[in-house]
Amino acid sequence: MDQNEHLKPQIQTMEIDLLLEAIFRRYGYDFRSYARASIDRRVRNFLSSSGCDSVSEMIPKVIHDRAFFSRLARNFSIAVTEMFRDPMVYRAVREKVVPMLKTWPHVKIWHAGCATGEEVHSLAIVLKEEGLYDRSTIYATDFNDDALDRAREGIYETAKFQDATRNYQQAGGKRSFSEYYHAMYNAAAMDSSLRTRVVFSTHNLASDSVFGEMHLVFCRNVLIYFNRDLQNRALNLFTESLIHGGFLCLGTKESLRFTDVKDTFDVVDKKSRIYKKRRPSNE
Amino acid sequence: MNNKEHKPRREVSYHAVVMGGSAGGFKAFIAILSSLPKDYALPILLVQHLHHNDDGMFSRHLSNALKIPVIEPYDKQTIEPGIVYTAPADYHMLVEMNKTIALSTDEKVNWSRPSIDVLFESAALCYGNRVIGIILSGASADGTVGMGAIKTAGGLTMAQDPNSSAYPVMPQAAIDAGVVDYILTAEKIGNKLMALGQKSNQHQ
Repeated sequence: MDQNEHLKPQIQTMEIDLLLEAIFRRYGYDFRSYARASIDRRVRNFLSSSGCDSVSEMIPKVIHDRAFFSRLARNFSIAVTEMFRDPMVYRAVREKVVPMLKTWPHVKIWHAGCATGEEVHSLAIVLKEEGLYDRSTIYATDFNDDALDRAREGIYETAKFQDATRNYQQAGGKRSFSEYYHAMYNAAAMDSSLRTRVVFSTHNLASDSVFGEMHLVFCRNVLIYFNRDLQNRALNLFTESLIHGGFLCLGTKESLRFTDVKDTFDVVDKKSRIYKKRRPSNE
Repeated sequence: MNNKEHKPRREVSYHAVVMGGSAGGFKAFIAILSSLPKDYALPILLVQHLHHNDDGMFSRHLSNALKIPVIEPYDKQTIEPGIVYTAPADYHMLVEMNKTIALSTDEKVNWSRPSIDVLFESAALCYGNRVIGIILSGASADGTVGMGAIKTAGGLTMAQDPNSSAYPVMPQAAIDAGVVDYILTAEKIGNKLMALGQKSNQHQ
């Protein structure tokens, strides 16, 4: 048995292939095109809490027990985010994107993969302070319904608010951050006015289609979880959804460089990964 | 050191080096990597525990001190020999089977993002016995699990001698777990990497 110890990783890789296949065939969720290294970690983490001895043992449970599958799927889609993550990005949005957005009578924004909504509220605050909020609609989507429910509630641990306040200030915040939330005991509720212009809905970038004519697509640290094919699928959706001259904002370590749409966008802010969809050439 | 338990290794050519450091790690990285030439034969992936606002500072400082090129990679970047890849602040860095970098914003591991364990475990899966894992000065126990994964996969593991580490806790934790092949000073680790890099080169 011990001699086979070195084969264990390969066998587990095979088991995970089969697990992902089972999930896809049974429920239609395609995690086969997710970035594999992170999926492997999440499966192994889940395994230790699942009561199963091997990934193989999880397969029949996934197929026959929807609740077990839901638990696993939740585990696959935990996105960790924070209010005003990467403050300089929000500063760049304020300085380089908002002035352009102001030229349109109504602004439509797609926040794809919004997870638990910290960054939706951040974006709403920026729009509010720039006088753009009341003529904007933010479509905040995620494929994880639990995360969306939490985003709709907008209640976060108070422990996070110290960082959030600092980030807000670094992001060029114009007021006191405490004006935007109501502290309770261990939690704080974001002001409900930050959600009046937000439409939350379920959307899966791996299987669903275009979302309408957008002026800005905001999708940060979602594409890093996809493999190249799925990245391209998502980026093509964004490209189709955006009007000419519309903006795309990605995570600061995500790049269009190796993707299908690299020639469709111009760089607006390299460091903040803000791009602008090219107008059709007049030549 | 319990070298007796280890049979002399057959000549294995390695495909990658992974390194982890925390408190006192910067100095150790410099001591190890400054001897490596511009055209070193292996890729080097490293995690240093950083403040989440680091913004590429660590990578730039390291780059200024070394001959071998240093970059903070983007997601999906292809891993190439002779380049040091430093995990960006607030992202885990992993290796995919197709030898590209994967970044993630998953929850912290050992209270750290980037975490050494996350990099090392993925490297063990990807490179198997062709990876060298090195654990350096630090005050946490991050990296011990990852060193174990590399050891189990048949890779080579080294720890900075705790006596010569600014913070001995991290290398000591790996040593105590019995997952370390060589316990060496930073300078000697540098020499060994130099020698192993040359061997890898000849075998490729």
